[in-house]
Amino acid sequence: MSKKRSLILREVCNLIVPAVLLYAFYVQFHGDYGPGGGFQAGVIFAAAVILYALVYGREKTQQIFPASVVRYFISIGLLLYASVGVASLFMGGNYLDYNVLSHNPIHGQHLGIFLIELGVGITVAAVMIMIFYMLDEYASR
Amino acid sequence: MLSQHLAVLQVVVPLICAPLCALLPLAKPGNKLGNNLAWLLATLVSLTTFIIALLLTKEVSLHGVISYQLGGWAPPWGIEYRIDHLSVYVLLIVSAIASITMLAARKSVEQEIAHEKISLFYSAFLLCLTGLLGIVATGDAFNIFVFLEISSLSSYALIALGNNRKALTASYQYLIMGTIGATFILIGVGLLYMLTGTLNIVDLQARVPELLSSRTLHAAFAFFTVGISLKLALLPLHLWLPNAYAYAPSMITVFLSATATKVSLYVLFRFFFGLFSNEITFEEFQLDKILLPLSILAILIASSVAIFQDNIKRMLAYSSVAQIGYMTLGISLATKSGSIAGMLHLFNHALIKGGLFLAMACIVLRTGSVQLKNFAGLGKRMPWTMAAILLLGLGLIGVPSTAGFISKWYLLIAALEQNNWLAAAVIVGGSLLAIIYIWKIVEYAYLKSPTRQSDKYFNERIEAPLQMLIPLWLLVAANFYFGLKTSFSYGFAETAINNLFL
Repeated sequence: MSKKRSLILREVCNLIVPAVLLYAFYVQFHGDYGPGGGFQAGVIFAAAVILYALVYGREKTQQIFPASVVRYFISIGLLLYASVGVASLFMGGNYLDYNVLSHNPIHGQHLGIFLIELGVGITVAAVMIMIFYMLDEYASR
Repeated sequence: MLSQHLAVLQVVVPLICAPLCALLPLAKPGNKLGNNLAWLLATLVSLTTFIIALLLTKEVSLHGVISYQLGGWAPPWGIEYRIDHLSVYVLLIVSAIASITMLAARKSVEQEIAHEKISLFYSAFLLCLTGLLGIVATGDAFNIFVFLEISSLSSYALIALGNNRKALTASYQYLIMGTIGATFILIGVGLLYMLTGTLNIVDLQARVPELLSSRTLHAAFAFFTVGISLKLALLPLHLWLPNAYAYAPSMITVFLSATATKVSLYVLFRFFFGLFSNEITFEEFQLDKILLPLSILAILIASSVAIFQDNIKRMLAYSSVAQIGYMTLGISLATKSGSIAGMLHLFNHALIKGGLFLAMACIVLRTGSVQLKNFAGLGKRMPWTMAAILLLGLGLIGVPSTAGFISKWYLLIAALEQNNWLAAAVIVGGSLLAIIYIWKIVEYAYLKSPTRQSDKYFNERIEAPLQMLIPLWLLVAANFYFGLKTSFSYGFAETAINNLFL
């Protein structure tokens, strides 16, 4: 993958990747109000990273997103999701009852769904990137 | 404080510990300490789920059904976890087998799984456990599908970790057939949701009777039947099972053989009697007319095929297909006593088959193979393991005083109550076939002497480590305990079915 790609490809990639990343964050954090949410955002985020990796190669991408770190984020997202539920258990509600997370139920609902979707987004993005790394590693073997 | 949350903790504890397990070897990937910690965590979690299941059993038998509102949303709208006698019965089996599997697992896993993958192996195991417990705990039809996918996806990964390269194709085969099964169940749930606008099983049961003339309902029922039968490995849809069980890592075969198909059978009970009702299932849709011949064929064909297998794990896998036939045979008698016998066989067979596959794991650990010719002389070399196989084999055949006898006895009575002599003959005939294939193992192990060429240490004792023998003999003891004292196994199944049937 060390072979350099064409100039046009690299320049277009430089233009697109930041926009896609930004859009991923929009879909993630606007998921409360409009269409979107953690799953879609995670896939879009991973798509940006994969696009970068296709143009610049896996080694260069792994300087930014090392495989060992990505691997841990798979677990961290799921842990975030599950521990929001446990937090509401300890704050006196049922599992995943967001009402008790904050002093007022509406804020609690916002906070709860925000954290849950963040967890989903992290795990989905990490899994997508990891699958790409593994396929790429296998293909270049 | 946590006591009122037991229903959800049953599922959440393994769910949280699965990612923790994957995070564990943070210091050095693949180090031995990390792997042992992962095993310890998985064992503790399995034991915790077993304790929670015991507490739930106590709670249910004292106060009746437990309903838990997830997220505080009331049942028809939100997801409800609903624990009744039927769920508790299956929760106990699944968590008990998980504990036994994990207690015995360490050495076998170290030998069979690549070292850098061990913590991920335990993590996937915990996810599979989460899925299986979730299916049983939830009272929401769509949630059942979600947990079904969690358990199936992790079991595909676990099976693919097997040493033999055939494990990959076996896992792929299971992936294709399992996904078709799960999709059919999803289509069934979708059709019901379209008709009624609800996913809660109790709510669905109240609404289904008015819709009997609807063709959509008939289609939903058909999709459920085929989807569950695929997951259950009922005879013509069983093709994924023998290879998956034969080539999976030994400990995964122990776990899946004793839990995965049993939980699918639970889904069958839950959907056909809890979501629909026994009257609709048997009188309107006449499920018994198709289930009875298939069960009979399953018992006869799968038992006969088992006789001709040289790979003993594969032989026992075919025997599992036959035993599933016994369970569905009980259901297809369309009576309470038949379904109770089916439930009871679910419980007893989980103990027996779990034990037999655990003994296979011991043999793989010591000799590296479960080919029949490898068994020559093992009666002297691994006396405790072989004695356990012999005793559990008696249970599989159904010799009096073993658990297998109890469930076959009740099946026989249920069949004779209906004057169904054919079913009765098949039950007895299946046991005769079981004698043949169990005898093949016994003959090789005790009566043949090992050939000098096959193994240069052919005379040495190579008994399995205590860490595996103790869980194995716990299952042997359970096999006899539940064969002599049926107050729990029969009594609980009876209450479960009585509550379920109208």
